[in-house]
Amino acid sequence: MAGRIVVPFGPQHPVLPEPIHLDLVLEDERVVEAIPSIGYVHRGLEKLVEKRDFKDFVYIAERICGICSFTHSVGYCKAIESIMDLQVPERAQYLRTIWSEYSRLHSHLLWLGLYADAMGFENLFMNAWKIRESILDAMEETTGGRVIQGVCKVGGVRRDISDAKLKEMTSKLDSIGGEIEDLCHVFFDDASVKHRSVGVGMLSKEDAHKLGAVGPVAKGSGIALDLRQTGYSAYGSLDFKPIVETGCDCYARCIVRAKELAQSVDLIKQAAANIPAGDIEVKVKGNPDGEYFSRVEQPRGECIHYVKANGSKNILRERVRTPSSANIPPLVKMLEGCQMADVPVIVLSIDPCIGCAER
Amino acid sequence: MSGLTKSPWIIHYDASSCNGCDIEVLACLTPLYDVERFGILNTGNPKHADIFVVTGSVNEQNREVIKNIYDQMPKPNVVIGVGICACSGGVFKECYNVAGGVGQVIPVDVYVPGCSVRPEQIIDGVVKALGILEEKRAAFAAENKGKKTDKSNAGEKKEGGN
Amino acid sequence: MHKEEQTITEVTVENLVSEVSKMYDEGYRLIQIGCGKYDDIFEINYSFDKDYRFVNLRLKITEGVVVPSITGVYLCAFIYENEIHDLFGVSIKDIAIDFKGNLIKTSIKNPFNTPTVTKVKAARPAKTENAAAAGAKADGKTETKPEAKADAGSKKEEA
Repeated sequence: MAGRIVVPFGPQHPVLPEPIHLDLVLEDERVVEAIPSIGYVHRGLEKLVEKRDFKDFVYIAERICGICSFTHSVGYCKAIESIMDLQVPERAQYLRTIWSEYSRLHSHLLWLGLYADAMGFENLFMNAWKIRESILDAMEETTGGRVIQGVCKVGGVRRDISDAKLKEMTSKLDSIGGEIEDLCHVFFDDASVKHRSVGVGMLSKEDAHKLGAVGPVAKGSGIALDLRQTGYSAYGSLDFKPIVETGCDCYARCIVRAKELAQSVDLIKQAAANIPAGDIEVKVKGNPDGEYFSRVEQPRGECIHYVKANGSKNILRERVRTPSSANIPPLVKMLEGCQMADVPVIVLSIDPCIGCAER
Repeated sequence: MSGLTKSPWIIHYDASSCNGCDIEVLACLTPLYDVERFGILNTGNPKHADIFVVTGSVNEQNREVIKNIYDQMPKPNVVIGVGICACSGGVFKECYNVAGGVGQVIPVDVYVPGCSVRPEQIIDGVVKALGILEEKRAAFAAENKGKKTDKSNAGEKKEGGN
Repeated sequence: MHKEEQTITEVTVENLVSEVSKMYDEGYRLIQIGCGKYDDIFEINYSFDKDYRFVNLRLKITEGVVVPSITGVYLCAFIYENEIHDLFGVSIKDIAIDFKGNLIKTSIKNPFNTPTVTKVKAARPAKTENAAAAGAKADGKTETKPEAKADAGSKKEEA
């Protein structure tokens, strides 16, 4: 056997859209250890609470990550609203749910595309992103922004969606749903997708629990962890079950995300059908005083926004724990014992969002 | 040599962007916007690239990485700063770990502001950059031509001197 | 309105690891470890979840107190403990995977432990300033010919 060599992976690497660096300790082609090192995109935005008042910080929270942007703003607003005991109108809660599910659709389609690209399946990448554009069109028509929406605010939302528009969106989702089904069919059944992902990057249920995996990584290892079940926004009044796969490999994580697409389409339709009439925001008086851990389910998993405030207009501390940073320890575990050539696929299988993880 | 501007190759690096601009850069390559119809190709190798697209702002960690990628690119080349963070630091300008725009480290030819930028803006920026690339190429060719004659002249003089 | 019940229990440096072990034995999942500095007190929150029940252990320490690592119980804590060490300068003993201050490299040391934020570098060439101003104007997501402003920036660069 050859001696051990260390191969650096990243920060600039063709398969990585974002900079993360891994030191891979190899024995021949086998990875025996992976040491992550991050910090390339650390901005230190949590410290900005000292300079922005609590209402303006929504803009910063939204820009923690350009993919989960909307769900970040929901998480932050929920923390402030819980501290201030604000009664956010039902219609706003439904609108937040609709937009959250739209961002899940766009995030998962983006990921499925990148995953296909990591496998060298260029055609599938293009197809996934083609469908994603129609999701972004709906986002833009209703919020004004493609990836950063800026519609969520403390106390509600900024824009309403008319009933006619909701109908139009629902009927469009019918045709998008068909396209998604065709796309998922490839991920479910294609031999080359299976060849690259079945049995690759194993993470047992025990390890997933011990290492604190969240989102599709946990769901792919048989843990039914979906914060939407706690019933924030309008999820409490909608009918859904978390999607769980027991394969524990990259394929299972891929299937979870593919199935969640259909689930999101269904949730948007449910919300559009049941949305009550009424106001979309409540007036915010005074400043927050207290603390709260707000938890939301992002496309990548559970995200925590912890806010501590003392009654002044600048909050004392905002701490964000994003799903990507929780999924780094499971990633290190998955990489142990894999083949060098599988590293890109495994790294992508956690859907790493480094912008989120480092803030 | 005008083939350079007919099919420029792009390298993209995410400095400390939030991802918003990165996914829009990627979206440019996909079927709806499809910059490949202009001959623009995305490459992961700095030594193949003519256009350097940077998203996000500079910090102490990635300063060297940006400089390194830029130095590896063949000349002439152009640099595009995509997104308001690459222009000035944007909404994160006051963060302790953000030093500001990309212009601090390498010369930037085109700034495309926006948060996040739209794919149409990015394509506009790239097309603008192609014009600059063509100018640079012409200047580079003229300069080199001059150099070659200079050298041969110098060589002759030397010979003559001896 | 949905509001989760959140219990917060105070722990001390002495009983931290045993309390965390108790949570582990009961089948809780470690959600996160987060730190905050209020006046001279560091407040470290250890958050756990089991079947969507949220439990939080809180440790309050002063500067210089060494905190024991809980990576012996929950290995995944290494990522949070290293982060707290890098950002706050809290020393944590025996982390299973210790990055020794190199997980998040910041331009200023322990940025969350300083009273005021100091700017990294202010000196910038004037031309970037202009482009930045143009950029800030177009930042409002309006379609007001951003390429014209980009052009202005590039022209200055050219000149």
